[in-house]
Amino acid sequence: MLTIYIHNEPYRVKAGINLLEACLSLGFNVPYFCWHPAIKSVGACRQCAVKVFKGPEDTRGTLLMSCVVPVADGMRISIDDPEAVHFRARVIEWLMLNHPHDCPVCDEGGECHLQDMTVMTGHVQRRTRFPKRTHVNQDLGPFVAHEMNRCIQCYRCQRFYCDYAGGRDFGVFGWHDGVYFGRAQSGTLQSEFAGNLVEVCPTGVFTDKSLAQHYTRKWDLTTGPSICVHCGLGCNTIPGARYGQLRRVYSRFNSQVNGYFLCDRGRYGYEFVNSDRRILQPRLRQEDGSLAPVAKAQALAFVGQALQRGKAIGIGSPRASLETNFALRKLVGAEHYFQGESAQKSAISEAILDCLQRGPTPTVSLHEVETCDAVLLLGEDVLNTAPMLGLAIRQASRNQPLEEVARLNVPFWLDLVARLITQDQIGPIFIAATGATRLDGLARQIYRAAPDDLARIGLAIAHLVDPTAPEVSRLPDDAFSFAHPVAEVLKAAKRPLIVSGPSLGSVELIHAAANAAWALTRAGKDARLCYAAESCNSLGAAMLGGGDLTAALELLRSGQADTVLIVENDLRRHMPENDFEELLSLARCVIAVDHLEQATTQRAHCVLPAATFAEAEGTLINNEGRAQRFYKVLPPPAAVQESWRWMGELWVASGRGEASPWPNFDAIVAALASEFAIFKDVPALAPPASFRQVGQKIGRQPHRYSGRTAETADQTVFEPPPPEDADSALAFSMEGTPLEPPSALIPRYWAPGWNSLAALNKFQIEVGGPLHDGDPGQRLIAPKPYPQSPYFKDFVSPFARRPQQFLVVPHHHIYGSEPLSAASAPVASLCPKPYIALNGADAAAAGIAGADQEVVLSLAGASLRLSVILDSTLAASLAAVPAGIAPFEGLDLPAWGTIAAAPAGGQRGGGGS
Amino acid sequence: MFTAIRTLFQVFLHGFRRRYTVQYPEQRRYLPPRWRGRIILSRDKKGNERCVACYLCAAACPVGCIALGATQDEHGRRYPEFFRINFSRCIFCGYCEEACPTYAIQLTPDYEMSEYQRPGMVYEKEDLLIDGEGKYKDYDFYQVAAVSIKDKGKGQGLNERPPVDVRGLLP
Repeated sequence: MLTIYIHNEPYRVKAGINLLEACLSLGFNVPYFCWHPAIKSVGACRQCAVKVFKGPEDTRGTLLMSCVVPVADGMRISIDDPEAVHFRARVIEWLMLNHPHDCPVCDEGGECHLQDMTVMTGHVQRRTRFPKRTHVNQDLGPFVAHEMNRCIQCYRCQRFYCDYAGGRDFGVFGWHDGVYFGRAQSGTLQSEFAGNLVEVCPTGVFTDKSLAQHYTRKWDLTTGPSICVHCGLGCNTIPGARYGQLRRVYSRFNSQVNGYFLCDRGRYGYEFVNSDRRILQPRLRQEDGSLAPVAKAQALAFVGQALQRGKAIGIGSPRASLETNFALRKLVGAEHYFQGESAQKSAISEAILDCLQRGPTPTVSLHEVETCDAVLLLGEDVLNTAPMLGLAIRQASRNQPLEEVARLNVPFWLDLVARLITQDQIGPIFIAATGATRLDGLARQIYRAAPDDLARIGLAIAHLVDPTAPEVSRLPDDAFSFAHPVAEVLKAAKRPLIVSGPSLGSVELIHAAANAAWALTRAGKDARLCYAAESCNSLGAAMLGGGDLTAALELLRSGQADTVLIVENDLRRHMPENDFEELLSLARCVIAVDHLEQATTQRAHCVLPAATFAEAEGTLINNEGRAQRFYKVLPPPAAVQESWRWMGELWVASGRGEASPWPNFDAIVAALASEFAIFKDVPALAPPASFRQVGQKIGRQPHRYSGRTAETADQTVFEPPPPEDADSALAFSMEGTPLEPPSALIPRYWAPGWNSLAALNKFQIEVGGPLHDGDPGQRLIAPKPYPQSPYFKDFVSPFARRPQQFLVVPHHHIYGSEPLSAASAPVASLCPKPYIALNGADAAAAGIAGADQEVVLSLAGASLRLSVILDSTLAASLAAVPAGIAPFEGLDLPAWGTIAAAPAGGQRGGGGS
Repeated sequence: MFTAIRTLFQVFLHGFRRRYTVQYPEQRRYLPPRWRGRIILSRDKKGNERCVACYLCAAACPVGCIALGATQDEHGRRYPEFFRINFSRCIFCGYCEEACPTYAIQLTPDYEMSEYQRPGMVYEKEDLLIDGEGKYKDYDFYQVAAVSIKDKGKGQGLNERPPVDVRGLLP
């Protein structure tokens, strides 16, 4: 710690940071633009000027840009020095020369960093009389709107998009006062993180296109702390609602998880909540076979009878909260509870949990990924399955080159200089995959092979690192020439990281990754092991236990069950069509609880409307075993309620008791914690519903929320009271604590004078550091160094080609492979059409002329007519199909299939033959 | 005694003073244009709605009686999808008019808005929109806002240079 003097008062600050970070961390208001806590300093905007004095006698001082000056012991500075104040006001005036007069139609208005800084510096009047420069905008796709006139040339967008996120299709064009930020041509931004431009841009050049159609100012949004449900990473979000509709999702800071950013699937997937496929009323199958809306009491009576009469089983879901799955498990009994995944997926989730709990290697949070200096990706295309993990790996790839920067005594936060020193150097990233991945540009070496061979590579690396690990026989030369340097580099690294995941459907791959990581740990390295997870609560579902869907089907076949209660799950996505049909025909009564219409709800006898993530509270376990709480953002529509609450009402309706065992959220969390030792810390994740600050709840609406006496005036002029929230310490009201809430309950970032997201600085211990009372969430699993867990020995034989057959592997897509986000209109517009990708040589051998040819794929008893894509990166004898996209949903891939040229005519992309 | 007589006399004298009582509604007082009465939404000269749904009036409203929802047409022009004022809450303070950056919302010298039913005091957009410009003439926000809308591209507004050619080589 150092001492610096600001306005002659001593302050203790951390060594090695810059003056701007020090001032902001101490709570001073210093205006800035080009600096960003994650993208660091460049010194482009000249806005953060402060006076630095040589000593107590120096009265003149020097104007310096605080973001590029490191703090030094005994430094004396002044922020309020008249010359500095004048300088900053003039800089703003100059930046505003060409800034258009369009705040009323600008979506950034009300949360604009430029507005805040202009007010902060005191610039009020444009004195120049010359005409303003204008720019033509580009169409940047369905996510981001572009309005270049508003640009103040801070370069944050380019530095985030290209330097931080590795985008290649964005840049700076033009010169002098005509500098232009955009693409070479109009077109959809290719980066998975393009949506962050909306948050990164200090003004309204990049705005949220999904929000524009139902635009709401920040001060009118009802917001709450939430967790993204579109992959297993558990990024923290702040969704905002208005007029009973979800309007947008912004990132919520968690220094351990997502930091400042979100991926586009997480940011734009929210519109499924507003989808016209939402189920808003209980529905009951009528005598004419139709599903008609009925009153809640009627539906409850029907389901209650069905549960009493029949032998019921419950099928939970990896995308439902812990509480919902737990309530279902209690309702139907542990032996009749199934976790709602196919045998393959269920085995993988369990293997991941087992590897993380049993082995000596700790897993990583996304933040820790950024601190690793060598990464091996084993079979997972992270930018498509868990995009933010890819962003973290990209930051990790800078760690080894940054050592040179440290050696030259240049602070790492001096971003421009650091990037000049490191140039194109990339730290060691190794990728073993079935085909091209979106991170290939970072890879030092790439190995492409079938899943079985990828698993063997992992095992071989484990053996090369630790000779006591089992050896892999018959390793081909090309595999060895990949594995050997990888093992050497991982052994030489300070903190090597092994990344794998469930996307290739191979338990062996999970075990191979564990072997490699354990070998590194036993070799004395500070190694880390990371698995992506498919759904937002995959690990939580695995922790709760329960059989897989094959077991559920067996039970139905044996006649020991005839009633199926399915909660927040589309079984069609988890089982092949034949099994799905069989399950439906065996069940006398099918009850589905869900929020979107899908194959299962369409076939159910009774459908109960469940609340989405935005209308419910719950706990999710992310891919590293971190339990995180999400809360309601808007009250659920009239007949809709949380799934766990439905379970409580079914408890009563089925005659299990007089009242629901879980009258409120805290009760079910307590019940969960008392039943499962692993969840004992879950109640402590966030304050209970009885929590009050100065006697008040925490308001979900800002104090400037408008229109409260007119919002509902078209329905009633009697101004009903705001809905009560008995389940949390948050209130659907403007009224609430004036203090800063506990970090798990922060509904939005705002501070006096800081209306933009930059207000977050006021909620952190230090800029970029954790929130004041620690980051919310807690990891529930810990590595086990002793006793030493033995290596996995489940060796697979080398991948053997089969004549005339292809191993069909799933390729995941960021847009489309995840069902909820695919129901969101902007995301749906980017979902791929069904295809089959083949290696050019394989295609020629199979007699396929070229791309776009129609072929028939025979797979697992079905014939699918598809159009061919030639993919030269695909390993030999493999065929790739888009995962989770019809008609491939529910298929257990990889699987062997045959391909034949399609006869002329016929339907495309169809189902069974 | 004297004071009582004096009072009676003064009351008697009032009978000859000028009368201030107006025979409303047959007779009406002159109200200046800046009088703060019934709120309207105006249109610009071309007949387009002036309101750009910026929510500033709603934010300025001390009683929160303005609710609106923004949307935009296919050319990017913002307008309110609905605009509702609950006049049974309105205190006619005029803050909304002061906050309005486009002169769309204006208070008029009309106060005859009594209703037998309170729901009648809730005015929707079609009740608020008038055909003219109201008090403030010749202002068209989109001419000074530099965003492009139908019939007005970049650089075609007031005090704007033509769009920069980013591929040009001339200084």
